[in-house]
Amino acid sequence: MRSVSTRRLVVVGLLVALVLAGVVSYYASSHPDGLNYVAEKVGFLSTGRRHATDGSPFAGYSTRGVGNARLSGGLAGVVGVLVVGLVGGGLAWLLRRRGHGPSEDRR
Amino acid sequence: MHVPDGFLDAPTSLATAGVAAVGVVSALVGAARRELDDRTAPLAGLVAAFVFATQMLNFPVGAGTSGHLLGGALAAVLVGPCTATLCLTVVLLAQALLFADGGLTAIGTNITLMGLVGVWVGWLTFRGVQALLPRRVGMVVPAAAVGAFLSVPVAALGFVALYAVGGQAPIPLDRLATAMVGWHLLIGVGEAVITALAVSSIVAVRPDLVHGARKVLQQRELVVREEVRA
Repeated sequence: MRSVSTRRLVVVGLLVALVLAGVVSYYASSHPDGLNYVAEKVGFLSTGRRHATDGSPFAGYSTRGVGNARLSGGLAGVVGVLVVGLVGGGLAWLLRRRGHGPSEDRR
Repeated sequence: MHVPDGFLDAPTSLATAGVAAVGVVSALVGAARRELDDRTAPLAGLVAAFVFATQMLNFPVGAGTSGHLLGGALAAVLVGPCTATLCLTVVLLAQALLFADGGLTAIGTNITLMGLVGVWVGWLTFRGVQALLPRRVGMVVPAAAVGAFLSVPVAALGFVALYAVGGQAPIPLDRLATAMVGWHLLIGVGEAVITALAVSSIVAVRPDLVHGARKVLQQRELVVREEVRA
C-alpha cells in the first residue's frame, strides 16, 4: 500500500474534524446526554448551577450575534477544532523528544 | 458526561482537582519521556481536535437521551495513554472555558473521569485484549473497540462513586448506579463503533504512527530481519 505522509494525514484528518464540527454537528441529537438525562430522572438536575462562562461568545456551542443556527453552531465548532488542535499540537510539539523516534534509534 | 457546577460539593471537587493535577503532571512527564517524538507529535494535535469535534456529535440512544464519544480509549491507542490524558485535558479546558460545557469548579472532576479513568481503563483494557489476541496489526482495532466500550460505563461508575462521597442531593445511590451504568453501556457501543472506525482508518494508512501497534510492528520487524540473515 502507498504510504501517506504525516503532513498529508494530519491535513486530511483536520479537514475531517472541521467538517464534523462545522457541518455535521448541526445534525447531532439535541436530547440531554446520559448524565443529564439520569440527573433529571433520579432528581438532582436542579442542583446544577448556571455556568460561569455562559457569557462567552461561544457558550453552548453557538456564536453570539449569529442568528442562523447552522452558521452559529458551525462557526463555534470550527473555532473549537482550531483552538484545540493548535493548543494540543503545540503542547505535544514542545514536549516531544527531539530527533528521531524510539524505533529509528535502534536502526 | 460533562459534570456541571453544583452536582458535587466543594471538598469533593477540590479533591478531584488534586487528583487531576497529579494525573496531568504525571502525563506531561510520561508523554515527554516515552510517547512524543518528531513523528508522533503532529498526530497528538490531530487527535485532540478530532476528539473535540466528535464530542459535539451526540447520537441518540433512545428514550429521549443521547451520548457522545468520550475519546479516551481512541486517543490512548493512537498516541499513547499519557498523551491521551493531555489531549482530553485540552479538550475539556476548551469546552469549559469557551463553550460553557462542563463546570469550572467541576473541571478537576471531568478531567479525572474522562481524562484519567476513561483513558486508562480504555488503554489497560486494550493492552489486556491485545495480549489475548494473535499478535497482528489487524488486532489493534478490535482490542481498541473493547477498551472503548468498557471505558464509558466505568467512567460512569466513577461519577457514581464521586456522587456517593460528595453529591449535593439525597438520592438513592442504587438507582443512580443502575441508571448511569445502564445508559452508558449503550453509549459505550457507540464509543466502540466510532473508535473502531477512527483507529482502523489510521492503521490502514500509517500503522507505524499508531502507539498501540508499536509492540506488534517491532516484533514483526525482528522476525523479518532474522529471515534475511538466514
